[in-house]
Amino acid sequence: MESVDLIYKAIYILAIFGVTLLIATYSTYFERKIAAFIQDRVGPNRAGPLGLLQPLADAGKLFFKEDFIPAKSNKALFIIGPGIAMLVAAMSSAVIPFGDTLIIGGHEIFLQAIEVNIGVLYIFGVVSLGVYGLMIGGWASNNKFSLLGAIRAASQNISYELAMGLSLIAVLMLSGSLSLRVIAEQQAGFNWNIWYQPLGFLIFLICAFAETNRTPFDLPESEAELIGGYHTEYGSMKLGMYLFAEYINIFVASAVMATLYFGAYNFPFMLELETWLVDATESAITANNIVTLIGTAVMFAKIFLFIFFFMWVRWTLPRFRYDQLMKLGWQILIPLAILNILLTGGGILLKDYLF
Amino acid sequence: MKPLSNRSKKVQKREMSFSEKAYLPAIAQGLGITLKHFFRKKATVQYPEQTRERSDVWRGLHVLKRDENGAERCTACGLCAVACPAEAITMTAGERKAGEEHLYREEKYAVTYEVNMLRCIFCGLCEEACPKAAIFLQDDKIAPARYERDEFIYGKDRLVEPLKTTETK
Repeated sequence: MESVDLIYKAIYILAIFGVTLLIATYSTYFERKIAAFIQDRVGPNRAGPLGLLQPLADAGKLFFKEDFIPAKSNKALFIIGPGIAMLVAAMSSAVIPFGDTLIIGGHEIFLQAIEVNIGVLYIFGVVSLGVYGLMIGGWASNNKFSLLGAIRAASQNISYELAMGLSLIAVLMLSGSLSLRVIAEQQAGFNWNIWYQPLGFLIFLICAFAETNRTPFDLPESEAELIGGYHTEYGSMKLGMYLFAEYINIFVASAVMATLYFGAYNFPFMLELETWLVDATESAITANNIVTLIGTAVMFAKIFLFIFFFMWVRWTLPRFRYDQLMKLGWQILIPLAILNILLTGGGILLKDYLF
Repeated sequence: MKPLSNRSKKVQKREMSFSEKAYLPAIAQGLGITLKHFFRKKATVQYPEQTRERSDVWRGLHVLKRDENGAERCTACGLCAVACPAEAITMTAGERKAGEEHLYREEKYAVTYEVNMLRCIFCGLCEEACPKAAIFLQDDKIAPARYERDEFIYGKDRLVEPLKTTETK
């Protein structure tokens, strides 16, 4: 790799990291705003125009709060817990393709931080590490409520990861690749996976809610029965890290769903647009770059739509009971996911047989 | 047992249909309801900038009125204190001296006049009892929240209507 490419890559990685953090920050603002709108209120509107400085005010508040550590806690683990949660959440956006190839000065830059041919596995590996953050934090707090919340988080994540992985296998059967880049490229134009995998998407969506510990599956932190679950004992920026990690997870889950099922950066008529642009601008490079940038915007629009959906559902549905949650995961979603695999396999065989 | 009336209905637990068991139609319905609220007009009143409209007979903070010459109307008769069901009003009466005719309308006036806003129930009976039309409950002011209990005892400095001349702005 040339040094210029390396610099472009470094800039891109920094940009994606910054964008991830920015989106997570403003997710807190939009969460409150959407909650307010759904409840016929107006939400935060005092800090800056439209309340846009509210996340800064919140962060400032968290930073200046007393950073206490409970006396009987395991001090080292207590500090490591939120760190792991945050690190793992921020790592997972590395393999997501946010756009197609940009050509700057003869260099082709694919808008993806790291291309690994097992991108899907990487995401699942990293995301499932996230539960360590919650588990360690809950255990180190030396508090029954925290421990209960952490155990709930762990068992819930394990249960739903199974169904999630199984629903994903159907997508992998269609694409024949574990690379997110290849999966994204295969969905060119309007050939999105959602048309072939509606059931798989539904299962994946439900599991994504459970994985990110969002309502209706936010039992790990159910404030009514467990005070705050695994972060009961946390205050100051350590609590902030946990909350922040949750929003990054939502962002990543939205990005993964957009990539796997909703065609990533692809949008309808993109190939027609590109051929038209080549004629109009008489430069294949410019046309390619314009289409890529539109594609990136489309990708982010899809992500924001999913983030909105996450929040919309949060302020609509009540929380599941724990036995209902487990029953849904093991007795309904996993059999459905297996059925989906069988149907997809049958479909692929039928297609090979007929065409 | 024989039913008392024929209106009682037999309650039976019906097996849920498949679409009810699947939850998803109900969830979609709920999402529709919340989305409807999302675009609905908001109920919030932006308080310091806007205030909610009040009725014309709304009873708020007390005021001790002056007459057309700027002299206090209150003659410290004590009828308001007697009428007050919450015993929020206390006063001490004093005699007007020569040269104070422009300050107090009658020969007797209130040296101190205190309303305890924590006791007051804003019923308006003092207003009705007053023979001199001196005390009124305003329809546009309230007793704001304060930190100390004794700050809620409003004396004449905060009750008496300001002189007209000071209001020429």
